[in-house]
Amino acid sequence: MTDSYEPRIIAFLCNWCTYTGADLAGTSRLQYPPNVRVVRMMCSGAVDPVYVLKPLLDGADGVLIGGCHPGDCHYQTGNYKTRRRYVAMREILKSTGLDDTRIWLRWISASEGQRFAETITEMVASLKELGPSPMRVAWAV
Amino acid sequence: MTNSPRVGVYICHCGINIAATVDVHAVTDYAARLPNVVIARNYTYMCSDPGQALIKNDIAEHNLNRIVVASCSPRMHEPTFRAVIEEAGLNPYCLDMANIREQCSWVHPAGTMTTEKAMQLVESAVAKATRLEPLQTRQVSITPSAVVVGGGISGMQSALDLADAGFDVTIVEHAAQLGGHAAQFYKTFPTLEPAGLLVHELIDRVTTHPHINLMSEAEVTDVSGYVGNFNVRVKRNEEMTNVPAGAIIVATGFETFDPHRKPELGYGKYPQVMTTLEFEQVFNRQSQIVNPKSIVFIQCVGSRDQAIGCGDGKPQTNAYCSRVCCMVTAKQARLVREQFPNADVTVFYMDVRAFGKGFEEFYDQAREDGVMYRRGNPSEILKRGERVVVRAEDTLLGEQVEVEADLVVLAVGIKPRANSEAVAQLFKLSRSGDGFFMEAHPKLRPVETSMAGVFLAGCCQSPKDIADSISQARAAASAAMIPLMRGIVQVDAATSYIDEELCAGCGQCAAVCSFSALSLHPVRGKMTVNAALCQGCGSCALACPSKAIMVHQSTFEQVMSQVSALADWNRLSLPVEAEAV
Ligand SMILES: Cc1cc2nc3c(=O)[nH]c(=O)nc-3n(C[C@H](O)[C@H](O)[C@H](O)COP(=O)(O)OP(=O)(O)OC[C@H]3O[C@@H](n4cnc5c(N)ncnc54)[C@H](O)[C@@H]3O)c2cc1C
Ligand code: SF4
Ligand code: SF4
Ligand code: FES
Repeated sequence: MTDSYEPRIIAFLCNWCTYTGADLAGTSRLQYPPNVRVVRMMCSGAVDPVYVLKPLLDGADGVLIGGCHPGDCHYQTGNYKTRRRYVAMREILKSTGLDDTRIWLRWISASEGQRFAETITEMVASLKELGPSPMRVAWAV
Repeated sequence: MTNSPRVGVYICHCGINIAATVDVHAVTDYAARLPNVVIARNYTYMCSDPGQALIKNDIAEHNLNRIVVASCSPRMHEPTFRAVIEEAGLNPYCLDMANIREQCSWVHPAGTMTTEKAMQLVESAVAKATRLEPLQTRQVSITPSAVVVGGGISGMQSALDLADAGFDVTIVEHAAQLGGHAAQFYKTFPTLEPAGLLVHELIDRVTTHPHINLMSEAEVTDVSGYVGNFNVRVKRNEEMTNVPAGAIIVATGFETFDPHRKPELGYGKYPQVMTTLEFEQVFNRQSQIVNPKSIVFIQCVGSRDQAIGCGDGKPQTNAYCSRVCCMVTAKQARLVREQFPNADVTVFYMDVRAFGKGFEEFYDQAREDGVMYRRGNPSEILKRGERVVVRAEDTLLGEQVEVEADLVVLAVGIKPRANSEAVAQLFKLSRSGDGFFMEAHPKLRPVETSMAGVFLAGCCQSPKDIADSISQARAAASAAMIPLMRGIVQVDAATSYIDEELCAGCGQCAAVCSFSALSLHPVRGKMTVNAALCQGCGSCALACPSKAIMVHQSTFEQVMSQVSALADWNRLSLPVEAEAV
C-alpha cells in the first residue's frame, strides 16, 4: 500500500495572498503534485481549527494553511491570530496521537507562485516519508 | 431555505487549456451524480456568449437555483458568471466556482489523479453552492465632502481638485504653515523655477477657495465610519471637532534621513557639514556662505545602503533609492557654480539616476557647468584647520582621494515620517517593508489603500519629486471623486451576521474585529453588525464561543461541507464511463 500511497492534502488559502499565489503558479505553468485540494478562504484568520482537525481525524494525510506574510494580512491581523492557533492546533493533534507535522502553516504572497509550487512538492514528499495517516486504516484504497 | 437546491454544473474546456489535461466528460458525469445536481454540462468556452446562453437557458428550463462553474480561477471570471445568473433572474450570490485551470489543469500532468482532483473540486463547489443563501448588495448614501490630511504640495493639490469639482474639503495640517517641504526650497529641478512661486500659488488658491476649510496646527485623533461616511475627529487648540467625510486622502509626506546615523560623515560635529535640505534654506537666505573655494556634495546619504548601524542592531539606513537626491544634488551644484564661479564643486556618487523628463539634460548641464562628478563612496570626513577633508575611494580611478572643502553637503534620502505608524493605525493603512504607506496594488491601484475610501498622495506612499507628487495627488482626488460623485456606495454582501437566538452579548467578537464593525445593541444586549464597516474577514466567527456570528458565503456549515467533500476520497473509486451531456 505504501508504494502506491498518495498523500491527501487539504489546503486553506487566503484569497489575497496564497490563493492568488497558487493562481500565479498556474499562469506560470509551474508543476506540482496533484495531491492537494484547495478551499478558498477570505483570510487565514478565518480558518477554524475544526476545519483543520476534522479532516485529519477522518483520514486526510495533511492540512496546509496558507496566508499573507506577517504584516501583510489584508485584514491587518488575521495571520497573527492564525499563527497562535496553529501552535494550539498542533498540540491538539499531538494529543490525539497523530504526528503534528501533518499541519503546515506557510506565508506565501500573491507573487510567490514558485514558493507555492515548492511548498506543495515538499509537503507531498514529507508526507510520503511520514506514511499514510493511521486514521486511514479503516479505509480501503 | 424555502426552495430546495437545484444545482446546474458547467465544466469548461477552456479550449484545450483544461480539456487536454482533465477528462472533462468524466468530470461532467461525476457531477451529474452528485446530490442536488439537476444538470451537468461541459462546453468549449463557458465564458463565451454561447456558453453564457447555455447557463441562462438551463436556469429557465430546469428551474435551477444554484450554479457551479468549473473553469478558470474565480479571481478571473466570478464577476462574469455572477452577472450571467443575475441576468437569468437568480441572485448573483448563488454561484460557486471550482478552479480547475490555474489550480489544476495548468499545474498537473494529464491523468487520473488530475481528473480526480477536478472531480473533487467540483464536488466541493456543489456542496457549498447547495448551502449558499441569496444576499442583497446594499447601497448606502454618502457624505459629499472630503478630508485631506497634510497640507504639503500633494495635499493642497488633491484638495484643490476636489474643491474645484464642487466638494467641500477640510485640510488638516499639523504645522502652522501650508506647503510642507517644498515651501523651504529655493529653486526646483529640472526647470530651476523658484519654489516659492509654485508653492505660493497653491497656498493662495487653497486659502481663498470657498470650498476649502483649512485647519492648521491641528491633528486627527480618531477616525470612525466607512467609505462614504467617515467621521474624522480633529483636535485643534484643545478643541475637538467632528468632520464628516465621504472620502479621505492621506498626504502626510516624508522626513529626510538623519545623517547622525552615519557618524563617519561628521554631521553635527563639524559646522561645515550640512544636508541638502539645510542648503536649500541657505540659498533662500543668501548671506550665509562667504566665498567658498571648494564644495563637496555626497549623494545617497542613507539611501541604497544596507549598513547595519550603531547600537540597537536595527538597520539605520534604507535599501531603496530616494529618487530625488541625484537631481537635488545636480540642482544645488549648478546653483553653487552659478553663484561662486571660482569655487570647485565635487560630487561623490554611486550612480547618477537621471530618469525623469528633462533630468539627463539637466545633469549633463551640471557637468558642462564644471561640476566634477567622482564615482566613489566617501569613507570619512575629517577636520583640517578651518576646513574639512572628504576621504573616499574613487572607484573609477581605483585610488584613495582626499578633497578639502569649506562646505560638505549631504544629499539625504527620503524616509517615512516618524509618525507613520500612528497615522497607519488611525486610518487602518498597511505599510510596505520600507515603512511607506502601501497602495492597494502596486500597478493597478496605486492611489487606493486596503481601506475603501482612503487614498494616498505624495511622498507618504514612496519617494517622489514634485511632478510625480502632483500627478499622484490629482489621481487620488479623481479616485476619491468616484464614490463622492456617485452619491452612493455598494456594500459587499459577504459580511458577518448575528443569530440573535445564540448571541449572549459577551463581546468577544467585537474585541477581535479590526474594523470596529461590531457593537452591542444598547437595548437588546445583542451584538449588531455595521455591514458597511465589516470587511468579511471572518475573525469574529472564530472568536464567538457559541457560533452566533457567521460570515455570509463562508459560514461554518458551508466550509465544513466543502471540507467533507474534499476529505472523502472514497467516493472517487467509481470508474466513470457514462456519457456526458
Ligand atoms: C532637499 C530636497 C530638495 C528637493 N528638491 C526638489 C526639487 O527641486 N524639485 C522636485 O520636483 N522635488 C524636489 N524634492 C522632492 C519634494 O520635496 C517632494 O516631492 C514634495 O515635497 C512632496 O510633497 P508632499 O506634500 O508629498 O510631502 P511634504 O512636503 O512632506 O508635506 C507633507 C505635509 O503633511 C503635514 N503632515 C504630516 N503628518 C501630518 C499629520 N499626521 N497630520 C497633519 N499634517 C501632517 C506636514 O506638516 C507637511 O505639511 C526635494 C526633496 C528634498 C528632500
Ligand atoms: S462573541 Fe458571539 S455571543 Fe459573544 S457577543 Fe459576539 S456574537 Fe454574541
Ligand atoms: S468579519 Fe471581520 S470585519 Fe466583519 S465583523 Fe467580523 S471581524 Fe469584523
Ligand atoms: S488576508 Fe491573507 S492572511 Fe489575512
